[in-house]
Amino acid sequence: MSEFSDLYQDLILDHQKNPRNFGDLPGANHHADGFNPLCGDKISLDLKLSAQGLIEDVKFKGSGCAISKASASLMTVALKGKRTEDAEKMFHQFHDMVMGKEGVPAAELGKLKVFEGVRDYPARVKCASLAWHTLEAALHDHKDVVSTDDGVQP
Amino acid sequence: MKTKNAQPAAKRSLGRKKKDIETTPGLLRLSPEKAAFDVGKIRKDFPILSQKVHGKPLVYLDNAATTQKPVAVLQALDRYYRETNSNIHRGLHLLSEKATEAYEGSRLKVQKFLNAADPREILFTRGATEGVNLVAQAWGRQNVKAGDEVLVTHMEHHSNIVPWQMLCEEKGATLKVVPINDAGELLLDELQRLLSSRTRILAVTQVSNALGTVNPIAEIIKMAHAKGAKVLVDGAQAVPHLAVDVQQMDCDFYVFSGHKIYGPTGIGVLYGKYRLLEEMPPYQGGGDMIASVTFEKTLYKKPPHKFEAGTPHIAGVIGLGAALDYVSECGLGAIAAHEQDLLAYGTRKLLGIPGLNLVGTSVHKAGVLSFTLGEIHPHDIGTILDRQGVAIRAGHHCAQPVMERFRIPATARASLGLYNTRDEIDVLAKAIRKVLEVFG
Ligand SMILES: Cc1ncc(COP(=O)(O)O)c(C=O)c1O
Repeated sequence: MSEFSDLYQDLILDHQKNPRNFGDLPGANHHADGFNPLCGDKISLDLKLSAQGLIEDVKFKGSGCAISKASASLMTVALKGKRTEDAEKMFHQFHDMVMGKEGVPAAELGKLKVFEGVRDYPARVKCASLAWHTLEAALHDHKDVVSTDDGVQP
Repeated sequence: MKTKNAQPAAKRSLGRKKKDIETTPGLLRLSPEKAAFDVGKIRKDFPILSQKVHGKPLVYLDNAATTQKPVAVLQALDRYYRETNSNIHRGLHLLSEKATEAYEGSRLKVQKFLNAADPREILFTRGATEGVNLVAQAWGRQNVKAGDEVLVTHMEHHSNIVPWQMLCEEKGATLKVVPINDAGELLLDELQRLLSSRTRILAVTQVSNALGTVNPIAEIIKMAHAKGAKVLVDGAQAVPHLAVDVQQMDCDFYVFSGHKIYGPTGIGVLYGKYRLLEEMPPYQGGGDMIASVTFEKTLYKKPPHKFEAGTPHIAGVIGLGAALDYVSECGLGAIAAHEQDLLAYGTRKLLGIPGLNLVGTSVHKAGVLSFTLGEIHPHDIGTILDRQGVAIRAGHHCAQPVMERFRIPATARASLGLYNTRDEIDVLAKAIRKVLEVFG
């Protein structure tokens, strides 16, 4: 165990090396782009929502640091088959967790709990949350590129 | 906290091990100035350096972003506010006279530091950025017309690109870019090709903040002048590392920031040839820059006061003067020799790390070790280094065109100051190896 394993947990290192759901999604009906100008992280997110508001499939592309890549990868895994309301709820819980808010039921987040350590690295909160902000934009069909430096909360 | 140059030989310490002294051939060619450079003593002048971060001794290698301040600068600021705080150029009382004297005294120090011909050629600004904007607005709007060209280089900081872009957009002029090679060196043939009778001004950095490249500035200026173009030199990364002589290089404008040369933030310098400053319209209007005001007509003062509207950053100017004194006492020759030794040592050390790629390998370099490490993102490198006490910068360094030129999103950058040591380079190298361990 290295002294950095609070942040760079094995699961995170695995997902950054072998990102899941990476690539284009033919037949996607929702899309958004995210950008973190501070470090140049980019993400492009495709969603396929059913008429009933179910996330049938989700894929991402992009480049970035280990935290942002792993976060995007783990997010896509967590989202598949979820209802959009549940996805929104996860977004808020995830956000509160990486911001270090008290009383977050992190266990409900399942594997996403590995990002709990991010709260001790304030400079990296934006990296972890970029994919989620992009998801928000995709769900609401925002056309502008999501930027973590435009007054968007981390 | 003055640093005396004459040190007894026995007390000399360059922060390196005895073995290195015996095995590093370059050291045999030490100038006497270099031998007198006592980095251990210098470090004591910078209180901030003795702290721990994340429980580890601070290794500050982000000097291209901003430098730490010696006690001499802190004391100058403190003394000003405690003893002479007053507005300048207006009071008839003793404190105002003293403040004015200290303020104008700093102008003389800057003049001497840059070897300008005349103190009236020295203007105080908020920093290098404001200096470029001042020239682009005041000189540029008067002299650049539709169809004209402005030249910048591919290695400029955003602050030496955007003000020119804004000017060109407003005037219908064209911005052209001098390319660089894979080592990060300016292509002088291309510069020659791009210079034409339409070129009004060339804006070029003396030292690149992202790559460390030192440009052959006198030669470049000569080439531009031969075509009748003016030259603005961005000296933000040059002044802390090498002796600058604006008369010798013959630039028309020269800008730098105080905070990158061990002085306060919020203060900088614009040097301009007097004749050009005289012909330029003011940049901002206000108090202190006028000779007389009526609602019909205002007469402006002569340079430099024409360009210093409003109450300036008096404390900053005085602090900058103290910083230049400090640097001059250490000796720029000695500082350069010390930093060149660190740069050579650091280059060797870093290149020994598997997967490490140096970005910026110009033959002439100063102060910067920019690198990538395999597929590992510089942001992750920065975090892991930080936790080991090593402060570097990771990102595009406000030079996105440089990143795009090398087809990378970002680099990790260690940048040197006069107080860094070989031991700190060793800590840096060890910390980078730790990154490789984490990402196995
Ligand atoms: C080469 C160069 N030019 C200009 C600047 C701008 O300096 P400032 O932000 O102090 O105005 C910098 C600062 O990073 C720089 O490195």
